[in-house]
Amino acid sequence: MLLIDCPCCGLRPETEFRCGGQAHVARPEKPVDVGDQDWSEYLFVRANPRGVHAERWIHQHGCGRWFNALRDTVSDRFVETYPMGGKPKSTTTEARA
Amino acid sequence: MRRFSYRSLISEALNAHQGWQRQWRAPDPKPSYDVVIVGGGGHGLATAYYLASQHGITNVAVIEKGWIGGGNTGRNTTIIRSNYLYDESAGIYEHALKLWEGLSQELNYNVMFSQRGVLMLAHNVHDVQSFKRHVYANRLNGIDNEWLSTEECKAFCPPINISQDIRYPVMGGALQRRAGTARHDAVAWGYARGADSRGVDIIQNCEVKGIRRDASGAAVGVETTRGYIGAKRIGVVAAGNTSVVMQMAGVRMPLESYPLQALVSEPVKPCFPCVVMSNAVHAYLSQSDKGELVIGAGTDQYVSYSQQGGLHITNHTLDAICEMFPQFTRMKMLRSWGGVVDVTPDRSPIIGRTPVQNLFVNCGWGTGGFKATPGSGHVFAHTLATGEPHKINAPFTLDRFRTGRLIDEAAAAAVAH
Repeated sequence: MLLIDCPCCGLRPETEFRCGGQAHVARPEKPVDVGDQDWSEYLFVRANPRGVHAERWIHQHGCGRWFNALRDTVSDRFVETYPMGGKPKSTTTEARA
Repeated sequence: MRRFSYRSLISEALNAHQGWQRQWRAPDPKPSYDVVIVGGGGHGLATAYYLASQHGITNVAVIEKGWIGGGNTGRNTTIIRSNYLYDESAGIYEHALKLWEGLSQELNYNVMFSQRGVLMLAHNVHDVQSFKRHVYANRLNGIDNEWLSTEECKAFCPPINISQDIRYPVMGGALQRRAGTARHDAVAWGYARGADSRGVDIIQNCEVKGIRRDASGAAVGVETTRGYIGAKRIGVVAAGNTSVVMQMAGVRMPLESYPLQALVSEPVKPCFPCVVMSNAVHAYLSQSDKGELVIGAGTDQYVSYSQQGGLHITNHTLDAICEMFPQFTRMKMLRSWGGVVDVTPDRSPIIGRTPVQNLFVNCGWGTGGFKATPGSGHVFAHTLATGEPHKINAPFTLDRFRTGRLIDEAAAAAVAH
């Protein structure tokens, strides 16, 4: 089980959280102008990297807030957590090192 | 290839078993092949076998970064069934089940296919309605599946607790009698032996590091840890690592990779006659021929390539098993492990062409790929040999995520993801 550093509550066990999948997937501003290929990319295509992954989590059974996290998908180690709408402090290359 | 037979067994018994040979070679890679298959699991090896046996294409290499059958082929719970709801899924899984039925004879290798029946338990009204719908849909597709009452479930599988005072009482079940299990390692080894004897090179401990493309964008070969290997066609069958391999050719996939866990108990005498699946409480249970209970747990909620999952996931499954089968509450679990499964948004596989010429993909089998191994290899071999999909895998295109023609087994099948 992972220990996750909720920006609001600190380190808490994984069972209190739900993972919301890849972070920073922006909904197209004007869906009507988006072609099938781009719409498909938005809906279905995911980064799925072997390495550092930006993802959304919610502290469902805690403060109830969403936040973002960088996590290494090979070691499952969290690099950092940061607020919704924010940017991570570490770049992914730094995080890998 | 030396055939296994009663006669060869007797003669080796008299010879103190000194004369058995290696079952496949360990060749050095050639500079180029007609077909290079990336990934030496069951699906990749089956593809190579059918390319050689059905299409006469023997200048084939299977490239595996570890050892053959060491990924999800050796990590699953070996359940085989074909009672899927939609016509497309029923078509491909039933195709596989029919091949399973003759596989040991065809390969001259005992894959220990045992049609002991798979019983899927219903625990609520929605389960009952959904499973009956599956039974009717399966029958229209010529697939055996029948509804059992609670008492009939108990008669078919006596260890089930049908008491009404448990948290999720059993309200009946759907039974596919032709379904069952097989020995997973033997499937990889049998296909490897069959493919190798027809001239296929199986190259282990060789990782693909890149996919080379020519000026027109077509794939022309793979860069590996053992050098460059040219290929007229490339088939990527890399399960959980498919996104990573396809990225080497600049193709982004609608896939996410999750750890899926399984565990086995200490071996005990035969006490469990069939496979029982319960999606509502999340328990998958069968007994191997060695006597271990083989238990399938769930996926973790996050993307990971770690090949291990959280303890609370297996704990959840064991809670359910202890309530449904109280006789197992004192069993000791010996080993648990995880595999990395590639899951598509509609929980159906992708088998076919990609936007890159000469590059083909067979992936997205998610949590249930083992059962499809022969069928998947058979239709993918057809696709690689002819450049066109077989009619069975024609609906399973990568393009369906653009056109919207999804095969949405996630909502319809009873598999809890």
